[in-house]
Amino acid sequence: MLRSAAFSALRQTKFVSGKGPMFQAARAMASAAGEETVTFDFCDKTFEGYNIEIPSRTVTMTQAEAIGLYRDMQMVRRLEMAADSSYKHKLIRGFCHLCTGQEAVPIGIESAITKEDAVITAYRCHGFTYMRGASPVGILAELMGRKDGVSKGKGGSMHMYAPNFYGGNGIVGAQVPLGAGIAFAQKYKGEKTCTLALYGDGAANQGQVFESYNMAKLWDLPVIFTCENNKYGMGTAAGRAAANTDYYTRGQYIPGIRVNGMDVLAVRQAVAYARAYAIENGPIVVEMKTYRYGGHSMSDPGTTYRTREEIQHMRSTSDPITGYKHRLLETGVATEEDLKAIDKQAKKVIDEALALAKAIPEPNASELWDHIYVKGSEVPYLRGRVPEEVHYYSNIA
Amino acid sequence: MRLQLPRTMLLVSRSYSYTARLALPRQQRRCYSASVDSSVEPIRGLDMGVAHSKLLLRTVASLRGNAELQAAGVSEGDSKKMNMCQAINDAMRHTLATDDTAVVFGEDVAFGGVFRCSVGLAEEFGNERIFNTPLTEQGIAGFAIGMAAMGHTAVAEIQFADYVFPAFDQIVNEAAKYRYRSGNEFNVGGLTIRAPCAAVGHGGHYHSQSPEAFFAHVPGIKVVVPRSPIQAKGLLLAAIRDPNPTLFFEPKILYRSAAEQVPTDDYVLPLSKAEIVRPGKDVTVVGYGAQIYALENAIQMIERDMPGVTCELIDLRTILPYDADTVAESVARTGRLVVAHEAPRTQGFAAELAAEIQERCFLRLESPIERVCGLFVPHPLVFERFYMPCAVRSYEAIRRSLTY
Repeated sequence: MLRSAAFSALRQTKFVSGKGPMFQAARAMASAAGEETVTFDFCDKTFEGYNIEIPSRTVTMTQAEAIGLYRDMQMVRRLEMAADSSYKHKLIRGFCHLCTGQEAVPIGIESAITKEDAVITAYRCHGFTYMRGASPVGILAELMGRKDGVSKGKGGSMHMYAPNFYGGNGIVGAQVPLGAGIAFAQKYKGEKTCTLALYGDGAANQGQVFESYNMAKLWDLPVIFTCENNKYGMGTAAGRAAANTDYYTRGQYIPGIRVNGMDVLAVRQAVAYARAYAIENGPIVVEMKTYRYGGHSMSDPGTTYRTREEIQHMRSTSDPITGYKHRLLETGVATEEDLKAIDKQAKKVIDEALALAKAIPEPNASELWDHIYVKGSEVPYLRGRVPEEVHYYSNIA
Repeated sequence: MRLQLPRTMLLVSRSYSYTARLALPRQQRRCYSASVDSSVEPIRGLDMGVAHSKLLLRTVASLRGNAELQAAGVSEGDSKKMNMCQAINDAMRHTLATDDTAVVFGEDVAFGGVFRCSVGLAEEFGNERIFNTPLTEQGIAGFAIGMAAMGHTAVAEIQFADYVFPAFDQIVNEAAKYRYRSGNEFNVGGLTIRAPCAAVGHGGHYHSQSPEAFFAHVPGIKVVVPRSPIQAKGLLLAAIRDPNPTLFFEPKILYRSAAEQVPTDDYVLPLSKAEIVRPGKDVTVVGYGAQIYALENAIQMIERDMPGVTCELIDLRTILPYDADTVAESVARTGRLVVAHEAPRTQGFAAELAAEIQERCFLRLESPIERVCGLFVPHPLVFERFYMPCAVRSYEAIRRSLTY
C-alpha cells in the first residue's frame, strides 16, 4: 500500500478536483471579492501515474488567479529574453542557462505551493527565483554581477536565492540530497510543508539522486522529487543517457506522476496533488515533460543535436504561453485585448528593470573578502592576486 | 567504492562485540580500532608512544594547572578519566542536551558507530535525533548541508576519513561556498562532519588515510584535528558551535590509547589557535593529531643525545584556518623548523606551512625547513612502519635541522 488511509481520506474530500488547501483559500477570496471561478478540463494524456492514482482531470480557480498564471509566464519569458539579449551584448558574462519554453514549470509550481514550502533547483533558476519573490531588477542585476543583485552580484546566473528558495546550484544533481535534508528539517520542526527538489533528465542519472530517494523514503520525508525532463541533458538526448526514460517510475518504491510540463494548469494540478501526498505520506516523484527552446547554455546554439524543425514544431504546437492563451480565450476568462495589455505591461516592466539594473554599479572590491567566514571568525588575512596585495580583517587584533 | 574486506572486518568485529560482550574479559571487548599502540617498543631505554606521553593530563592536579581549561572555566570543576572516544561521546552529549536542533547521523551511528563514539546517545536522546543513514557518503554530506541550511546543527559522521571522497564535491562545492555564493543569505554554519582518520597499525589503504590537506585547500570550511581526549572534547564542541562548516578528523589510534582526566562540564577550546605543548629554544617542531606523540619521543631522544638543546613542540590543532602567527613567532626565536604529518609529503599541509614560514621568517632561518611526512605511496598495509613519519625519522630530521 503506497497510500495511507489518511491520504485516501484526503482524496475522498475531493481535493484533487481543485479543493486543496490553497484552492480553498482562493475560493474564499473569490466569494469575498465576488470574483467568478473558472473550470478547466485536462485531456487523457495529461497525467500518468506510477503506483498512485492520477490527479483529477478538472481544476477550478478564480479568474484572477487564472490570469495571474498567464502574467507570470509572460514575465518570465520577457525576463529570459532580456537575459538573452544582455548576454549577447556582453553585459552578462560566464554561464547563463535560460528556461525559455519551460515557463509553465516554475509558474505552475509556485501557484500550487505556499511561501513556507521550500524549493531547490539546479542552474536553470531564473524563473524560480522570480516566482519565489525576487524582483526582475534583482535578477537582472545579479546576472550582470551588480551590487544590488539578489546575491549581491557574487552568485551570478546559477546562484540566485530568495526566501525558502535554496538556489541556484551549479553541480549537476548535487541539490537533490540537499532537498531531502531540507525536507527532513521541515518534518522535524513539525511544519506541514514540503520541499520541491528539482533536477533535469540529465541529473536524474546521478547516483546521489537515488541515494536521496532512498533516504527520503526510508524516513518518509515530505519531498517532491521533480524531474524537469526537457529531453536533452546538455547535448545528449534523454534516451541516449538513461536506461529508463520514464523518469516518474525511477523512484521504484516511491510513487510517481508524469505530467505535461508545457501546460501550466497541469503542472499546478500535479504539484498540488503531490504536495498533499508528500506532507501526508512522504516522497513522490513528479516528472514534467517540457522543452527548452534555447541551447543548454548561452554557449550552446542548441541545434547540433536536434533539428531546427523540431524546435519550431515544439514552439508552434506546445508553447506553454500560446497554449494557455487559447484556453483563456476559449473559456472567456480574458479577451485578446486583455492579454495583449498584459504582454505589453510585462515588456514594459522588464524593459524598465533592465535599464535600472544596467545603471547599478558593480559591488565594491572589498566584497571579494566578505562572507568566506562569519565576520569576526575569519582568517587573520587573505592573500590577494600579487604579493603586495594582502587583505587584513580589521576586527582581528 | 569500498573494499569488501575491511567492511567484513568491521561487521565481524561488531557482531563479535555484541554477541560476546558478556562472555569476554574487558580488554577483549573492542570493536574495530585502536588498541593501545603495542607495536611501539622502547627504543634505547625510552618508553615510546602515547601510552607513556607526558603531554596527557592524567591527574586532577595537572588539569587544575592547565591555562586553557582555566580560561574556559572548567579547571576547578568535576572531571572524569576518559579516553578520546568517550570524550567525543561526551561532547556530542553536551551538544544534544543544549541544542534542540542538533542531530547526529551517519553509517551505523545509532548503535554506537563502528568506533563506539556515539554509544548510548540514541537511548538518551531518541532515534529521531541519532540515526543510521544508508551507505551514501555524498548523500550524507548533501543531506547534512540541506539540514544546516535550514539552521539545524548537523553532526554527520563519515565512517572513515578514507570514505569522505564521494562527499568531496558536496563539501567543497556546496558547503564551503554556500555563504559566499548566496551573498550571505544562506549558510551551513551548523554543519560538522566527523571522520576517523590516520593510521592504526593495520588499517591498510582505505582505513588509514589523512585527507586534511585536500580540505585545507578550500576557503569557507574549517579543518580540525585533536590530539587527546581533553582537546577532542573542547575542540569538537567548538567545531559544532562555530558558525562555519567544519571538518573534524579524529586520529582513530587515539580513541582508546589516549586517556586523560577530562572536565565533565561543557567547554570549548579555541579554533585556529595552535598550542605550544612544550617550550624550547633551539628548534620549532610542529605537528598535529597522533603525530604529536612521535614528535614528543623524537624530542626526548634529541635532548638526551644533544645536551643543552631544547625543542619547542607546537600542536597546530586547527589545520584551516591555521595559526601561522604562533609558529612564526616561535621560529623567529629558534631559527629552525621541522613540520611533520602522516599524510604524504607531496602537496601535504607541511608544504603550505613551510612556504608560509619561509616567507615570514626568511632572514631568521638558520637551516632549511624540514618536512617529515608519509611517503608518496598509497597508505600501505604491510609496509606501514616504513611509511610512517615515526619518532626515528622525526629524530633524524630534527637533528639535520640542528646540525645544518
